[in-house]
Amino acid sequence: MTVSLVLIVIMSAMYACAVYLLLERSLTRVLLGFLLAGNATNLLILIMVGEAGIAPIFDESIDPAEYTDPLPQALILTAIVITFAVSAFLLALIYRSWRLANADDFSDDADDLALRDGAVVIEAEETLPEASTTDFPLEREEPR
Amino acid sequence: MTALVPLVVLVPLLGAALTLVVGRRPRPQRVIAIGALVIELIIGIVLLIHVDQVAPLVMEVGGWQAPFGIVLVVDRLAALMIVVSSIVLLAVLVFSVGQGLADGDEETPVSIYNPTYLILTTGVMVAFIAGDLFNLYVGFEILLVSSYVLITLGGTESRIRAGVTYVVVSLLSSLLFLASIAMIYGALGTVTIAQIAQRIDELPVDVQILLHVMLLVAFGIKAAVFPLSFWLPDSYPTAPAPVTAAFAGLLTKIGVYAIIRVETVIFPGPELNPALMVLALLTMVVGALGAVAQADIKRILSFTLVSHIGYMILGVALGTVEGTAAAIFYIVHHIVVQTTLFLAAGLIEREAGSTSITRIGGLLASAPVVAALFFIPALNLGGIPPFSGFLGKLGLFQAAAQQGDALAYALIGAGALVSLLTLYALIRVWNLAFWRSADAVEGDESRLLRSVEEAPMSTSTVSGARTTPRLMTLSTAGMVAVGVALTVFAGPVYGVASRAGENLDGPGAYIQMVFPLSSEGGELE
Repeated sequence: MTVSLVLIVIMSAMYACAVYLLLERSLTRVLLGFLLAGNATNLLILIMVGEAGIAPIFDESIDPAEYTDPLPQALILTAIVITFAVSAFLLALIYRSWRLANADDFSDDADDLALRDGAVVIEAEETLPEASTTDFPLEREEPR
Repeated sequence: MTALVPLVVLVPLLGAALTLVVGRRPRPQRVIAIGALVIELIIGIVLLIHVDQVAPLVMEVGGWQAPFGIVLVVDRLAALMIVVSSIVLLAVLVFSVGQGLADGDEETPVSIYNPTYLILTTGVMVAFIAGDLFNLYVGFEILLVSSYVLITLGGTESRIRAGVTYVVVSLLSSLLFLASIAMIYGALGTVTIAQIAQRIDELPVDVQILLHVMLLVAFGIKAAVFPLSFWLPDSYPTAPAPVTAAFAGLLTKIGVYAIIRVETVIFPGPELNPALMVLALLTMVVGALGAVAQADIKRILSFTLVSHIGYMILGVALGTVEGTAAAIFYIVHHIVVQTTLFLAAGLIEREAGSTSITRIGGLLASAPVVAALFFIPALNLGGIPPFSGFLGKLGLFQAAAQQGDALAYALIGAGALVSLLTLYALIRVWNLAFWRSADAVEGDESRLLRSVEEAPMSTSTVSGARTTPRLMTLSTAGMVAVGVALTVFAGPVYGVASRAGENLDGPGAYIQMVFPLSSEGGELE
């Protein structure tokens, strides 16, 4: 199978950025990471086509080997639709999280914290997210 | 008979559409939702009887022959799973209808619960009967997206937080699954499971192992196999009680179901079996230890859920017919019992206003019915004879002993220990929530509990005790009855499970099913 090196390099870069973003605490960045990873996976499916050929519109005079493989493109289309729906849902989730807490970063699980600190009582504490970890404006505002 | 195969998917999907159309009227919505699941159950039973007695059913969608078209495959394993899931989904739906009626859901403008629930059912069914990997992926996505909606239902802060963990982890596993489908297509030029099974031997061994591991990681996240299980106790307990019950019973088992398909049809070789056995052992032990350390009933149950996934993986990892059969029986048993326990936890929450065992007590006196409904499945899960949990574990241990190497015996030991630990965790719930008198709750001075007493989950006290609707109790009682029936009729059920296991002894039977014309192992083209 002949594969385009450029596509592979692009895909790897996208996966690398996606992993970096997915490990962030800010949910907006997690969403961006997910979009990157999703598109990198779509690219991976496209790479599996191998060498590109002519458009797969059936014509008896053309040798079947000359067509581009159409199946991966159908798979990609399905995957794109799913990614789209899920990212819409994630956006709604992030918006809701922001309305509730005025922060889009992912808090530690309180149970985990209790375990780590030898189960001392944790005061509910409201802190502003640091400017470096959030993509939302930082004005403190009472959640409605 | 093949006409019934697509109906398995169509009935809940059409039901979802209809419930959306009548979205503003709760009564017809409930009738349609329950009706759809009853029809689903009937179809499932008919399919199971036909598939078990006559022959497996293969439907080529749109008349396109495999491997060019999409195939839907119903063999014994799939039919058995369809029946059990329909029972569980129906019971949980009735439970939530009871809860909704009591809480005055009539006033809410548009209910999305019923349509989403039916779409979840659709996804589950697609995953069971999918004959190619991409269709399996689509089935997973359908059920996952609807589970995202259900787990964040209401959008409170704790549910959003738990939902984010769940959504991000599930997305990752889906992407991994999609990437492995791409790799498999690149390597073999097909996504039809039967054809993959035919061609897989042509690949070099290292490529095979790479693809194998990728699929196992993707499904392992969904099935909550250690070390990929940490998302589960974090995200399940905050969801509404019926949602948690349905998720705990079904969703992880679909991951296990996919692992069974991978291990028996696509990669029947024994290369990764020792690794899987070690993972099964760790899943059992770590999950059980987690359950012992918790103070909230729902969290305890979530951890026992993780630990019992280990038993199923053990059966699959043995790589023998007996092991697969025992794993299938264990899945059936565990779907029923785990759902029952979560429904009982929902009843406890309703009766006592909390699910934290440090805050409730005296339930045996105040709610004897709930006590009985919790006690029976608790013993069942703990593996007390003669319940189905005991039979399932016995089958697994026998299969492991037949294999007879040191690792298998280590797993038997760990399995016995873990069933004791499960029993310990559940009996602790029993002693504190049911057995002790309500007066003992104040000023409780147990050192073990004080350390977890202030954990945030335990503060989720619901205001006062409410009356428990009869429908909720009835559906839980129905599930307890199903669990007991699984014990009484364990012979026939185990028979179906063993025959299903024999079907899955290597890919031959599966390939024969999808490509009846070609000789076994031969290429169609």
